[in-house]
Amino acid sequence: MPERFEAIVVGGGPAGNAATLTLARGGVHVLQIERGEYAGAKNVQGAILYADAVEEMIPEFRDEAPLERHIVEQRMWMLDERSHVGTHYRSEDFNEERPNRYTILRTPFDKWFSSTVKKAGALVICETTVLDLIRDASGRVVGVKTDREGGEIHADVVILADGVNSLVAQRAGLRNEVEPDHVALAVKETHFLPTEVIEQRFNISGEEGVVIEAAGSVTEGMLGTGFIYTNKESLSVGIGCLVSDFVDTGITPYGLLERFKQHPSIRQLLDGAEVKEYAAHLIPEGGYKAMPKLFGDGWLIVGDAAQMVNSLHREGSNMAMSSGRMAAETVVELRQQGKPMTAKALRLYREKLDASYVIKDLKKYRDLPSVLHRNKQFVTTYPQLLSRAAQTWIRVDGEDKKTKERAIAKSFLKGRSLRGLVGDAFKIARAMR
Amino acid sequence: MHCVVCIKQVPDSAQIRVHPVTNTIMRQGVPTIINPYDLYALEEALRVRDAFGGTVSVITMGPPMAEAALRKALAFGADRAVLMTDRIFAGSDTLATSYVLSHGIMRLAAEAPVDIVFAGKQTIDGDTAQVGPGIARRLNLNQLTYVEKIDRLDPAADEIVVHRRAEGGVHVLKTELPCLITMLEGSNSIRFASMDDMFRAARAEVTVWSAADAGIEDQTRCGLRGSPTVVRKVFAPKPRQEKAKLIDTAGLGAAEAAPKVIDALLAADSKLADHLAAG
Amino acid sequence: MSAAPTPPRPAGKGPAKPAGRSRELPEHLKAYKGVWVFIELERGRVHPVSWELLGEGRKLADTLGVELAGVILGPDDGSVGAAGADAAAYGADAVYTMEDPILAAYRTDPFTRGLTVLVEAHKPEILLLGATTLGRDLAGAVATTLATGLTADCTELAIDMETRTLASTRPTFGGSLLCTIQTLHFRPQMATIRPRVMSMPDRRDASLPRVVSEALAMEEEQIVTKVLDFIPDRDQDTAHLAYADIVVGGGLGLGSADNFRLVRELAEVLGGEYGGSRPLVQKGWIPADRQIGQTGRTIRPKLYIAAGISGAIQHRVGTEGADVILAINTDANAPIFDFATHGVIADALEMLPALTSAFRRRLDGAARAA
Ligand SMILES: Cc1cc2nc3c(=O)[nH]c(=O)nc-3n(C[C@H](O)[C@H](O)[C@H](O)COP(=O)(O)OP(=O)(O)OC[C@H]3O[C@@H](n4cnc5c(N)ncnc54)[C@H](O)[C@@H]3O)c2cc1C
Ligand SMILES: Cc1cc2nc3c(=O)[nH]c(=O)nc-3n(C[C@H](O)[C@H](O)[C@H](O)COP(=O)(O)OP(=O)(O)OC[C@H]3O[C@@H](n4cnc5c(N)ncnc54)[C@H](O)[C@@H]3O)c2cc1C
Ligand SMILES: Nc1ncnc2c1ncn2[C@@H]1O[C@H](COP(=O)(O)O)[C@@H](O)[C@H]1O
Repeated sequence: MPERFEAIVVGGGPAGNAATLTLARGGVHVLQIERGEYAGAKNVQGAILYADAVEEMIPEFRDEAPLERHIVEQRMWMLDERSHVGTHYRSEDFNEERPNRYTILRTPFDKWFSSTVKKAGALVICETTVLDLIRDASGRVVGVKTDREGGEIHADVVILADGVNSLVAQRAGLRNEVEPDHVALAVKETHFLPTEVIEQRFNISGEEGVVIEAAGSVTEGMLGTGFIYTNKESLSVGIGCLVSDFVDTGITPYGLLERFKQHPSIRQLLDGAEVKEYAAHLIPEGGYKAMPKLFGDGWLIVGDAAQMVNSLHREGSNMAMSSGRMAAETVVELRQQGKPMTAKALRLYREKLDASYVIKDLKKYRDLPSVLHRNKQFVTTYPQLLSRAAQTWIRVDGEDKKTKERAIAKSFLKGRSLRGLVGDAFKIARAMR
Repeated sequence: MHCVVCIKQVPDSAQIRVHPVTNTIMRQGVPTIINPYDLYALEEALRVRDAFGGTVSVITMGPPMAEAALRKALAFGADRAVLMTDRIFAGSDTLATSYVLSHGIMRLAAEAPVDIVFAGKQTIDGDTAQVGPGIARRLNLNQLTYVEKIDRLDPAADEIVVHRRAEGGVHVLKTELPCLITMLEGSNSIRFASMDDMFRAARAEVTVWSAADAGIEDQTRCGLRGSPTVVRKVFAPKPRQEKAKLIDTAGLGAAEAAPKVIDALLAADSKLADHLAAG
Repeated sequence: MSAAPTPPRPAGKGPAKPAGRSRELPEHLKAYKGVWVFIELERGRVHPVSWELLGEGRKLADTLGVELAGVILGPDDGSVGAAGADAAAYGADAVYTMEDPILAAYRTDPFTRGLTVLVEAHKPEILLLGATTLGRDLAGAVATTLATGLTADCTELAIDMETRTLASTRPTFGGSLLCTIQTLHFRPQMATIRPRVMSMPDRRDASLPRVVSEALAMEEEQIVTKVLDFIPDRDQDTAHLAYADIVVGGGLGLGSADNFRLVRELAEVLGGEYGGSRPLVQKGWIPADRQIGQTGRTIRPKLYIAAGISGAIQHRVGTEGADVILAINTDANAPIFDFATHGVIADALEMLPALTSAFRRRLDGAARAA
């Protein structure tokens, strides 16, 4: 008699772990299935962790979790071929009791997260891939089919947390394939440097960390950004662009990363580092409009699998955790009320999401992806203009400042018509409303 | 049949990183795996059990985190797992390791007599291929190393015939149980665990033995103190000074380039020219 | 060392004092003198690694100012005597022998017993064995019986004069690092060394060495393990790979199992052997005993042609003994160019056949000229 569970969670990323943890704590007999050798094995990227999403579930995580550095300085750079203009925001306030953002390495972090999940009493099975969902005659989801012998396992409800591709959801027809222009391909490397070197290069000490986000011609006219995160003894260096753009331009992601690393403003930050771990991973960028149906009879979908990423702010893992948690809370509550896991009942999950920052933010930026996508000047023309402006302004060459200002204004108008400029500002404003 | 398989959890050396400055190992983020050679031993033990019944016990000496390796072995189908862990084991070389393991195996034998002890050919971190023979000596087991296949096994007569890899050929050896076998790589391939095995492994109890539990009286024979060999220094291979002389074949097709390459070779090394001429 | 070595402190800063150990050698061990090399005699033939080790042992013995001896176990058919004469020709001052029909074919028990008896009777301070299947099987058993230190697969041997001990250097952590290991307070200090790691010494005519013999004193009945048969390998050449003067090696750069043909063809024309990198073995393109490198064969050819091989450290350590290395690689930055003697930046799939025909023409030409 094959074993039966009250809930099955597919995937051991932030979303899956959050869901499983919440279910186990809620007394649900839950099975979590992860494809990798262990949770996190497949997630090698360095990332930024937003504290509150974790804190809600594990208040004491700061003492336990393998965190790299808390972020005290954020740099936003606009790059053109030879220069960068940008803002640095650094504040001593970020050296607070309970910092809000940390750099992490996903593999050790996910491993730790998974260990707390196990401690909470969930049964976690790794190195096992879910191939498909099992449905009963009425079409209701009643379990999963894995790649192992005797691998059909039944449960009252299945939570899909299997990441951006969510092949399971696709195969089960719960979601269609991600559109190339709704998903970014991010390539990332880990550059190892002695701690002293990192601290000196980025002007930080102790647990302090810096994040650099770079847009502009680094992406060769494609829509996307490059980034550098400081870890304890390494830097996470990466760049991401819409898959559709890679396809159109024929630029290879790795070539793009190489060029990014060669940029004069980036190069010396990486100098002498030993590169290890090259990873490519998809990031859903479609935002609100690309989100699939989030629940149905006997199933829920969370995290990247549901396209819940705020691409502008690079928030993904936090939305993944929050959505995972809310899906699980839904199941726990229905179970306590003795209700069956029907679509009707599971709508509660959607209501929870709507009330939370997850949907609010995704809605807020719902137009941004398409706007930026249709208006390449944001990543092509502007960086050059800005950098030229900065240069004209800074250079002391006997020219009076007034003339300089005029020159700058002109260059903007040359680069992009006044109507263009105004229009662009307008578009962005609307998209971010 | 009671088979005991010695497995070791090792850092996946394919992913080992050396600190560019201090030349020390950076273990951070390096995944650990079951020593690949031990999987051949485990699979062979499982086949013996499948064919003749009985149980397969896996044993490891290592830190608490080595439990993960044992669970994996359980998932592949092992019946029982023992973790020998104790601070005094730290720093053991092969002599000390075989001393500790042989005590663990004796304790297992006290519960059910052991017929075959399996070990991997070698580990990928220590890779000495000595622990196996060490255990065989200490427990006075007939030693069969580099075994390619078990040709015949007759539990009733306590008899076993194996093919043992030797230089330039294979020895067919006949001996009696109990024996110790180290399996050669490629001699089999580990099975894919069933869903039930995965469940069983995830829930199974892993027995943990300290030195005292394993009945080890003489602690001076464990760990660093019990290890005659001392690691005096660890360092990175020194890079060669001169790099390869590039033979410039720019613009040439392979057909024109090839003679140029040969000329360059022969010009650089007359001995080589003579050798080739000699045919 | 089964437990992976953790550096006592960052390397470079010189050897660290081993924790809580005095440097002083216990009295009873001071009697151990001389360097021994186990002469691997099987089916009337001595494995060349034994001569390589005599060459290396000579240097160690001279540094210490002690005698170099070969130790030979075998049947009483004269082969032991013959091997002893050869041993002298390769530099042994003396040979310690044990002749007994029981020792005709290798078996762990009698050989362990025999070697142990000889060591306990004559107390060498250093005992070297080839890291062959026989040598490793025997070394592990003997070291445990004598409760002494054994270092496997050494790539470099030296004497640490301060302690008059053997400093054995070997790869560790999958070859990414080297470590130096010493046995301070136990004797003999044992080490195994893989074939071709040490160079073959020149053979010189020498007067017969001093011969010391002991008896095994075992009965066949006492020995449980019996040798039923010996099946020689079909592909005998693999045995020659390590000793070939010319080796052509292929790597993943070849793209497919079928393309490996190009490597074999070039090797054939050059009258050499072929091998490959480990991934090819794992992919099943070539048999395991064709693998070149740290976990495969170590080669010392006059010429090694490496095509489509990146030159990872584990491959490098197996090939650095070659006189000349020609690397063919499309990537100018491939690490193999850091240790090859010559490099061609080219597509191996074009360069290999071109070289094959070019060499063929040359050699035919040479043959006609001669
Ligand atoms: C380069 C890069 C940088 C990023 N930086 C940030 C950042 O700084 N901050 C941030 O918040 N977010 C960041 N993100 C986004 C973030 O990584 C994701 O939003 C987050 O990981 C989503 O979590 P998840 O659990 O939904 O999916 P995942 O983390 O992808 O987890 C899915 C898991 O399911 C498993 N799985 C998949 N299919 C199956 C199957 N069929 N059966 C069993 N298991 C399966 C996978 O192995 C995986 O472990 C970044 C992403 C990338 C690529
Ligand atoms: C514990 C351990 C032990 C190991 N032992 C060994 C060992 O004994 N022997 C061994 O070899 N490896 C060993 N390895 C593996 C080793 O680390 C490397 O992975 C392996 O040597 C790489 O093989 P490769 O060069 O064929 O493949 P790659 O590293 O993929 O190199 C392929 C090369 O071919 C080049 N190339 C591609 N196309 C062409 C073309 N058309 N023409 C010419 N060049 C081309 C590429 O530029 C590249 O440099 C070991 C690893 C570990 C962890
Ligand atoms: N710490 C250990 N625990 C269990 N088995 C071990 C351990 N170390 C070595 N072994 C076994 O001994 C074999 C040879 O190891 P080594 O001598 O280190 O090459 C391995 O393949 C294992 O089967």
